[in-house]
Amino acid sequence: MIKAILIFNNHGKPRLSKFYEHYSEDTEQQIIRETFHLVSKRDENVCNFLEGGLLIGGSDNKLIYRHYATLYFVFCVDSSESELGILDLIQVFVETLDKCFENVCELDLIFHVDKVHNILAEMVMGGMVLETNMNEIITQIDAQNKMEKSEAGIAGAPARAVSAVKNMNLPEMPRNINIGDISIKVPNLPSFK
Amino acid sequence: MSDVVEKTLSALPSLLSLDSQPGAGKLSSTSKLGSLIRNITELTSKHEEEKLIKRELAALKEQVSSPNTTMKQMREAMVRAIYCEMLGYEASFTYIHAIKLAQQGTVLEKRVGYLAVSLFLNESHDLLLLLVNTVLKDLQSSNLIEVCMALTVVSQVFPKDMIPAILPVVEEKLTHPKEIIRRKAVLALYKFYLIAPNQVQHIHAKFRKALCDKDPGVMTASLHIYLQLIKESPDMYKELTGSFVTILKQVVGGKLPIDFNYHSVPAPWLQIQLLRILGLLGREDQSTSELMYDVLDESLRRAEMNHNITYAILYECVKAIYSIYPKSELCEKAAKCIGNFVLSPKINLKYLGLKALTYVVQQDANLALQHQMTIIECLDHPDLIIKKETLELLFRITNTQNVTVIVEKMLGFLKLSNDDYTIVDLVGKVAELAEKYAPDNEWFIQTMNEVFSFGGDMMQPDIPNSFLRLLAEGCESAEESRQLRLYAVDSYLAVLQKDSAHLPQRFLQIISWVLGEYSHLKEGLDVQEVRQLLMKLLDRKGVTTETRCWVLSSLMKLCEGPGADEMAQELVERWGSSLDPLLRQQAQELLCLSLDKDLRTRTLPLATTWDGLEVDSSLSFLDGFVAEALAAGAAPYKPPHQRQQEQCQEKALSLEPYGLSLPVSLSSCSLTDRQSPTLLSMSSGQSGNSTEPSNKAGSSKLNLEGVKRVWGKEGYLPHREVPEESAPVEEASSAVQSSSQQGGASDKSSMAHTEPVEQDKEKQQLASSLFVGLGSHNATSLMGKSETPSQRFRRKPRTQVSTSSSVTSEKSDSSHSSRSTVDSFLYGSLLEEEPVLPQPNTSHTPRVTTANGSSETKTQSFIPTNGTFEGEEAEEEEEEPTQTENDITSVTAHRTKQGSLIMNSDMVIVQPTMWSDQPKDWSQDDSGDLLSSGSDTHMETSPLLLLPADLRDLPHSNINTLAADQSLLLSSCHVYRDDALVLVIFLSNSGETPIQEIAVQLNCEQLEVASLRGNVIDTLDGLGTSVCRYTLVMDGAHTQVEMTGTVSYQAGPGHTQTLPFSSKLSLADFIRPLVITTEEYGKLWLSFSHDVKQNLKLLKGDRDPLVTTLDALKETLQLHIVDIIGSEGIVACRLLQGAPCLLHCRIHGDSLAVWLRSSLPGLPDCVLYYCQKALLEH
Repeated sequence: MIKAILIFNNHGKPRLSKFYEHYSEDTEQQIIRETFHLVSKRDENVCNFLEGGLLIGGSDNKLIYRHYATLYFVFCVDSSESELGILDLIQVFVETLDKCFENVCELDLIFHVDKVHNILAEMVMGGMVLETNMNEIITQIDAQNKMEKSEAGIAGAPARAVSAVKNMNLPEMPRNINIGDISIKVPNLPSFK
Repeated sequence: MSDVVEKTLSALPSLLSLDSQPGAGKLSSTSKLGSLIRNITELTSKHEEEKLIKRELAALKEQVSSPNTTMKQMREAMVRAIYCEMLGYEASFTYIHAIKLAQQGTVLEKRVGYLAVSLFLNESHDLLLLLVNTVLKDLQSSNLIEVCMALTVVSQVFPKDMIPAILPVVEEKLTHPKEIIRRKAVLALYKFYLIAPNQVQHIHAKFRKALCDKDPGVMTASLHIYLQLIKESPDMYKELTGSFVTILKQVVGGKLPIDFNYHSVPAPWLQIQLLRILGLLGREDQSTSELMYDVLDESLRRAEMNHNITYAILYECVKAIYSIYPKSELCEKAAKCIGNFVLSPKINLKYLGLKALTYVVQQDANLALQHQMTIIECLDHPDLIIKKETLELLFRITNTQNVTVIVEKMLGFLKLSNDDYTIVDLVGKVAELAEKYAPDNEWFIQTMNEVFSFGGDMMQPDIPNSFLRLLAEGCESAEESRQLRLYAVDSYLAVLQKDSAHLPQRFLQIISWVLGEYSHLKEGLDVQEVRQLLMKLLDRKGVTTETRCWVLSSLMKLCEGPGADEMAQELVERWGSSLDPLLRQQAQELLCLSLDKDLRTRTLPLATTWDGLEVDSSLSFLDGFVAEALAAGAAPYKPPHQRQQEQCQEKALSLEPYGLSLPVSLSSCSLTDRQSPTLLSMSSGQSGNSTEPSNKAGSSKLNLEGVKRVWGKEGYLPHREVPEESAPVEEASSAVQSSSQQGGASDKSSMAHTEPVEQDKEKQQLASSLFVGLGSHNATSLMGKSETPSQRFRRKPRTQVSTSSSVTSEKSDSSHSSRSTVDSFLYGSLLEEEPVLPQPNTSHTPRVTTANGSSETKTQSFIPTNGTFEGEEAEEEEEEPTQTENDITSVTAHRTKQGSLIMNSDMVIVQPTMWSDQPKDWSQDDSGDLLSSGSDTHMETSPLLLLPADLRDLPHSNINTLAADQSLLLSSCHVYRDDALVLVIFLSNSGETPIQEIAVQLNCEQLEVASLRGNVIDTLDGLGTSVCRYTLVMDGAHTQVEMTGTVSYQAGPGHTQTLPFSSKLSLADFIRPLVITTEEYGKLWLSFSHDVKQNLKLLKGDRDPLVTTLDALKETLQLHIVDIIGSEGIVACRLLQGAPCLLHCRIHGDSLAVWLRSSLPGLPDCVLYYCQKALLEH
């Protein structure tokens, strides 16, 4: 079972946290901090698995993570999940985000936390993997979005929106916002024989 | 920098384009959230962030509580609240609005509302109750999206007690035409199964249907359930093996639609699940395993492509192959696969390869041998995780020959790591290896020193405990143990002479104990020098009180020879007035002992041996003292729980406003009090504290913390005998093979590397030292950790101290054992303060204590029974009713006269205090009843007459046969006593010849079992019948418990036979009516927190359906109907004399809505189950 899904950026700012088991508010924050601490000090060329910290529940649990540009995607799972399977699930998740947001970046995750949660809910339900097929997930999300559009009715003023955001002063945000290598597939391995 | 900004801005429109359609409302929201985020990013400190969020939350609060806020704005506010919560700031005022949003909004708002609810609330949050109806409505909605959302929220957060309300609707969804709905419903049911397995028991058949669903997605979802079920009980699902194999075959063969492919691998996640299930099913089962050989082989073959996900499948495949009954061809292929993993340059695969090796190496050590060079390389890998995994692997292949190298590697790793989890884990492993395989004393002590200094105060407490025990018990040869101790002394002196400021407390404690106990072994060592070192320790800052106590007690042992008196004087001056009672007490003891040399040599003899220790658990040596004190007018001793109870009664009102006026809560109150007495004398409280950690850990191990462990909170601490692993040791064959293996190993490695450079040579040396002794012939004996290794430190088999009760001293008292005497002398006024009576400790004594009764009576014996003291009499009367055999039977006898509660449930409440009200009567009618209930009644008499006279009038079940063999027939009868279930077992000799030495044993983990009488019978004449009885008490709620037992007897001389039997008891056997008034019911109802609701079948009869139904329940379940008002009825019962369970029944359409509440978690569930059953069977 998946115990928790965390996304945070290189500075440890949480961008999404979803717990499938109940922890107190304080423990959750502590888990996020501890996980960031564990994950962030690892090099790029080491394995993507980490034996769980004391906090999230001892030896049975492990952290499986991927690092994309500015963001860390961390899944905390117990022994009933396949490590490599989850690793690819993260990839599917990110690819799906990329499709839904058209070239996803950290800002998308900040401004559309609810959408990201909705996408996640189509993949993982109550800690169990529900769907791994990207197209299926997108179909579900689209169906929901259609309702949204029909409800919203007349289009607003996109131009105003853009200018509003442009005027907005974002001193720190712009750094590494675009995740350039988001669509990079897992590099193929040399022939396995 | 500027181009980065530009890039961002160019990205923004595309980001905003998503929002452009929703329109103006959305725009303002974006800017609000946007400005929040912008402000946050501008901040430089955490403090500023806090301030900002506080302001934001205030604004939010205003917004959500304003009536003018539209749904859309609310939606936006909710997203902001989510953001704040994610950053760790509580926004609890929005919770209710999140629920409102989910209740009232349109689909769009609902989605945000549900999302917020699932992020904010947890399963036990009260507000969730408000959501139940909304979920129910949405589940029945015609809008698919609403149904989906409801199912999602249900599987995320849903109150356990409310599951019955929506269960039928969710079940219905299993047949929904849309596969996505079916799939979500399956997962929701799985979630229900995880949190409340009782409630979904009836739909297992539907799970099976889901497994056969025409849509592969639904089938995949159902595998989650099956994986869990099979993990719990593989035997129940063996017949499904064929289906799983067929499914996997089809998936592997590419029969699934192309949609299910991921990187052209057909449904990889599905394959992984199936392989796991197969691995579980085939474990140790040849016939089942044979079914899957083919498909595993095919999976291995097919999965040879080059994507990450195929490796995931391969890994699972390999694991499955090694889990099931082995087939050599497959294992070979799998081994090759593991090799590829280990050798892979991809680090993730290397990690998994090592994991697989670790798993496999227990079956096939050769595999590790093949990859030894890779393993060596991994030891130096820059990635700590890989290193750690390698050490784990090495841990599994450790033997006497490579232990030094492996432990060295582990210690090296320990030096580098700073993560607590790793340290605790590794330290434990090193200690285990050191104890098992240590080559010599020196190494062992050195290694343990490292363990203690690294492990510090975090490590498992049993490591120092077992180390000290090993030292104290010694090895098989006396000389050997002497050497070991001597070496320890040497080494610790050296440690203390160096800078020891950084040493952890635990290590200091060990050092001081060893020095105190064994420093006399070292010839020519000046005691003063040791004392000096220890005194220095005593005065150092940062040393805890606990450690100081250890040091003081060591100094006490060293209080001999020149300068001893001065030292004692100095210590007493320094610590005799310490604020800490423990230290003060130690100092006082020191003073006493230093003054009285005789006492000292008697209490602290040199070279205490373990075997000679005899503990007088009944403290009989104190009898005279107690008698004298009592004669002098001292108050008699009262056990802590009793004192507590008395105190409780005094303050009854302030403690529990409602409960205490009722008999029910009184009894439950005394139960809890026993575990948490607050009225304790200082010293016993202290020592109680020091034992607590080990009690919590449930370890039956030595506890060496603190100094005095003889006294605990509950009085004399009972001590459980640890079954010694007196390992019969055969010298492992490894030593013999070592030389040849060593040769073989290095041969192989040199072949692998034709051009050995310098570095390689080193590695090969390492390899040969690591893998020495690993080989095919001795593989099994090396690998199985459970098998007896050739242990250096063999403990002497200890004679079990057999006392009638399970109360013996704590083992750790090797050094202090005799000191308990001293303690008792020192506590001058101990009668009132100190627990003198060994009190059977509920949390310590094993549950099944047939000897319990006898130990009880024994312990009481040292209260003079001449009855001169009023107080003493009073005490006996107030004794817990269930404590002594006499009490129970007499109480029963007393009750019988009044008629049983169950037989006539309208009778008066039996107050627990009743026992003290009529003290004299029962001792009189006691004797007659007891005597007549003896054995040897003949079979010809009606079985009912066989029942002991005092039980005959109580309600009882029919007599059932339990077991029988050629000479003995066992039958049983349940007698429902108010405070317990009495199990009467009839032993009938079916032959003519007498049977000798019959002994009955009964076990049940969930129940408290106490033998009343007759479980040991010397002779049973031909055709004779004997009766033995047990009282069974249920404390927790269990729907059904199984008890097992054996009867052993001698049919002929010297020919012992055993007859096993087992029987099941249901909760219904333990339910008793609770007679209370409607008013009391109302009060109780409010004070209970555990509840369950469900709709039950309503029985139709000629009378009012409610009355008919309740009567039916009363008939089968011993409930008490408190009142019936219109269409509502209230019913009460309780678990024996313990927790009450209240039922509130209301006619609701065609069914009976029942709401159960109790103070005991789980009880409502269980009672509901039996109500349901009773009505269905009616």
